[in-house]
Amino acid sequence: MVENRPWANLIAHLVLIAGVALVVFPVYVAIIASTHSLSGLLQGTLPLLPGDQGIENYKLMWQSGVSNAGAPPAGLMLWNSFVMAMAITVGKLFISLLSAFAIVYFRFRFRMFFFWLIFVTLMLPVEVRIIPTFQVVADLNMLNSFAGLSIPLIASATATFLFRQFFMTIPEEMLEAARVDGAGPLKFFKDILMPLSVTNIAALFVIMFIYGWNQYLWPLIITTDPDYYTIVMGIQRMTSEENPQWHLVMAALVMAALPPVLVILFMQRLFVKGLTETEK
Amino acid sequence: MQTKRMTYPGRFLPYALLAPQVIVTLIFFIWPAGQALYQSLLREDAFGLKTTFVGLENFARLFRDGAYLNSLSVTVVFALGTTLLSMAAALLLASTVNRMLRSRSTYTTLLVWPYAIAPAIAGVLWWFIFNPSIGIVPYMLDMVGYQWNHRTSGADAMLLVIFAAAWKQISYNFLFFLAGLQSIPQSLIEAAAIDGASPIKRFWTIIFPLLTPTTFFLMVVNVVYAMFDTFAIIHATTEGGPAQATNILVYKVYADGFVGLNLGSSAAQSVILMVIVVALTMIQFRFIERRVNY
Repeated sequence: MVENRPWANLIAHLVLIAGVALVVFPVYVAIIASTHSLSGLLQGTLPLLPGDQGIENYKLMWQSGVSNAGAPPAGLMLWNSFVMAMAITVGKLFISLLSAFAIVYFRFRFRMFFFWLIFVTLMLPVEVRIIPTFQVVADLNMLNSFAGLSIPLIASATATFLFRQFFMTIPEEMLEAARVDGAGPLKFFKDILMPLSVTNIAALFVIMFIYGWNQYLWPLIITTDPDYYTIVMGIQRMTSEENPQWHLVMAALVMAALPPVLVILFMQRLFVKGLTETEK
Repeated sequence: MQTKRMTYPGRFLPYALLAPQVIVTLIFFIWPAGQALYQSLLREDAFGLKTTFVGLENFARLFRDGAYLNSLSVTVVFALGTTLLSMAAALLLASTVNRMLRSRSTYTTLLVWPYAIAPAIAGVLWWFIFNPSIGIVPYMLDMVGYQWNHRTSGADAMLLVIFAAAWKQISYNFLFFLAGLQSIPQSLIEAAAIDGASPIKRFWTIIFPLLTPTTFFLMVVNVVYAMFDTFAIIHATTEGGPAQATNILVYKVYADGFVGLNLGSSAAQSVILMVIVVALTMIQFRFIERRVNY
């Protein structure tokens, strides 16, 4: 701020408070709705103060779900989401680190070809090639399995590029010193590159975890067995009913949104680093 | 593309290191994309018994098809609406937050978390508060005499999905605008202030022009987001309706292929979408290369 203008400051605070209120409002309504009974929600207009059914709603959703709407207990769906998100995240980081290492620290035939092959994955979002991808996964018998939920999503051009970029900034002397001391490529990777990359790995971990947790279309089409439903797609099944049980939908929704929101709030610095650096 | 000056020798190791990534890419990316390309040239009869090669006929049909042309224009409206609304709100919030000294990090924390909300959940949230029978917003609109109903009015449904999509994207745009604002040299702004330029004048003549690279970058990213990542918002709320009013391209590929089982047409639509993604990605990379020297 350059000069002191009390009125401008007041207006700025008002603008920001209005902005925050607008951003928070839909979630506030959801939290409120999850503490009422269904009849409380359906009489006239939506209440704006908490009701007294909160504990019952969450308990019901957590333990038994809404089976006639095709939604298993939320505890199970949250676990499935967690397993899928972790598998995607760890898988992406692992294969991207290996391929960035190969591309930066080796000279071999078809290096450029492989680089472009990985680049192409950036351009083919799953929504665009959904039907043939579904056919491949069905042919491989991977429907209704955690492998089917995660493996098709773990190729990552962005992570490979980020690690390549980062490896390029590591001083040449590191490798020279390691080779003089007789360290082979895998030892160099494990004992020098990995420890240096910890911050980058953590930053990408946050972004990838959110990406994995929020997957929607893919779990929706490849799971028909409720044991593999994830929470984000389970919510859609509950709302697509004739008369959705909104109080339970909102309880499930709050539970589905909480883990990734907590990840962002507690790891804000890593999250901002991961976001701004992967996209550049 | 350069490597290190000194590298490891290796005949098999680099290929082994690349193998997992390349295998996943080939099986789940390249092969399905090739299949889409191949199927876009075929037509199956109604029972799936006979397949004939029809060349580019599927594409020609699409561009004569009123429903597809409608979907194109719906996508343009949706992408532009989402991008403009979300970027304008984010720029206002970011430039206001940037004025603050002590409260900056508090406001930032309060504004970034919607990034974590899944598009499907964002859709359901807005669907709920705009619900014509129990929602709070239609109740308030009713008091000023507007009958909100996204189940029958195409315009209402479009506004609803734009709100949901833009709401979720504000935090992303906000972070990038804030980073852009913080990289503008403070001395320029101080010089203008000494010359007597008001905050608003300073914004339009100094800050906004210097933000152009960020703005262009975000425009491309937002258009990509609105075209491809919003499938879940549409699917969880309007399902393309009412009367095709929110049937964006990426939703139509799914609806025609999975629900309508019109594989040839759906594959042709996939191919068109891939061409659009490739073009947008190229533009994005162009900007990233040029963003340093504005």
